[in-house]
Amino acid sequence: MESLMNYFSYPFVRYAFAVGILVAFCASLLGVVLVLKRFSFLGDGLSHFAFGIIALAAVFNLSNNLLLVLPCTVVCAVILLVSGQKAKIKGDAAVAAVSMSALAIGYLLLNIFKTSSNVSGDVCSTLFGSHAILTLKMSDVIICAILCTVAVAVFVIFYNRIFSVTFDENFAGATGVNVKAGNLIIAVITAVIIVLAMNLAGSLLVSALIVFPALSAMRVCKSFKGVTVVSAVISVVGTALGLVLSILFSTPVGATVAAVYILIFVFFLLAGALVKS
Amino acid sequence: MPLIKCENLCLGYDGRTVAKDLSFEIERGDYVCILGDNGTGKSTLVKVLTGLAKPLSGMIHTDFPLSEAGYLPQQTDFQKDFPATVWEIVLSGCLGRKGFFGFYNSEDKKTARENMEKLGISELSSRSYKDLSGGQKQRVLLARALCAAREVIILDEPASGLDGKSSEEMYEIIDSLNKDEKMTVIMVSHDEEKSLKYADKVLHLGKTQFFGTHEQYEIFMKEEKQRS
Ligand SMILES: Nc1ncnc2c1ncn2[C@@H]1O[C@H](COP(=O)(O)OP(=O)(O)OP(=O)(O)O)[C@@H](O)[C@H]1O
Ligand SMILES: [Mg+2]
Repeated sequence: MESLMNYFSYPFVRYAFAVGILVAFCASLLGVVLVLKRFSFLGDGLSHFAFGIIALAAVFNLSNNLLLVLPCTVVCAVILLVSGQKAKIKGDAAVAAVSMSALAIGYLLLNIFKTSSNVSGDVCSTLFGSHAILTLKMSDVIICAILCTVAVAVFVIFYNRIFSVTFDENFAGATGVNVKAGNLIIAVITAVIIVLAMNLAGSLLVSALIVFPALSAMRVCKSFKGVTVVSAVISVVGTALGLVLSILFSTPVGATVAAVYILIFVFFLLAGALVKS
Repeated sequence: MPLIKCENLCLGYDGRTVAKDLSFEIERGDYVCILGDNGTGKSTLVKVLTGLAKPLSGMIHTDFPLSEAGYLPQQTDFQKDFPATVWEIVLSGCLGRKGFFGFYNSEDKKTARENMEKLGISELSSRSYKDLSGGQKQRVLLARALCAAREVIILDEPASGLDGKSSEEMYEIIDSLNKDEKMTVIMVSHDEEKSLKYADKVLHLGKTQFFGTHEQYEIFMKEEKQRS
């Protein structure tokens, strides 16, 4: 316990908690929508795509890669969403194609232009987010806080519309909700949250932050509001617990948080089965 | 002024025509039934009438704001396990009248309560949609449509997937909306016999198209049979 208090005297640990919890909170709200809209694969694909862009940023030696990664991922999200609705290649296949290309090309680039002495270490930390969250600067925290606040504000302001569009796009459209604009906003927010959340869990595990809270909450809740609130609580508790555990046992952050999420999911799965029977 | 007037309407997707040369007029208080085989464009027509899709060509004039038509979409499997309470779903029907923010006020809640009462689903209010029977689900979606509806209600196969008794009840409810509440009803149906019992006008889509009154439709069908 005492050693934990010691850790909190370091600003980078406090930053890690602030950003981690904030980002996980946003990811869980978003997850409710993505899981229910059957869009989870979009989150997965975007995180792989972002890996490719991060590799590109490393090759060009960009100091602040957020400025490149964020806009590129947003554009990719919009293209995937818009094309997924009518393209010949169906949505999930298109996402798979894009994400695999980004992974492969990204890894190739890193190896061809050896940007550091330890390429596989860098790749591993980008994929699994082992230490990115512990190297944040104050400016990262501020950017992250602003983006997350915007995302949460959009969610709260449009809560009823988001519900309607998620439950039934056709009906929502008929009552005058702009479904296309809504989906676009969802895609943009997804891209932003994914990029931010990669700091916490890396590009392979970031989907865990998105899908597990919603999936867990859906086991026990019967209302949309309930699922939303419970997911949010799960994300905050799970991330805080994961971060503490990873500090105490010096385990990789992303994998620890994801493991905590999985445990919570299993718990809710059993609880859900018990309630039913 | 008819409530809805269509002239030479041509329906389809990406240039592929599904139905063409549709011309008809729907008056206030009509009960119109849209019949036709699978894939003849019934749902597409309904989407055009609710503003969800654009016709390939032709003219459509509606004498009411599109967002004030109550719409009951054809059921998709996808919503069937959605975590939402009946109350949340019915209330979302009021969204069309809301401004930018879309927060509900007490009047919206009253509308939702009244419509749930009308359809006899008040006790289901806090139940989860996914735990309801097919008939109950359809009533929930109809209650939601009624929250949006001022004078027109557009139903895409309201009785599909229901057993004999619940589908009978569904048709009774729709009929009372038309007769007692003076709603204009536009309904897609597969059950020709049952829907003809209530509808006073028929729009038939397919190789040969037809629009007219119930009586004219029976003559049309007889001629069709003789021809084939
Ligand atoms: N979004 C879409 N994009 C492209 N084609 C579509 C789309 N929706 C429907 N179609 C096609 O348009 C045609 C008419 O479809 P529609 O759903 O209107 O038929 P329907 O009369 O409602 O059939 P059912 O009785 O099975 O409900 C079908 O051939 C269908 O494949
Ligand atoms: Mg149909």
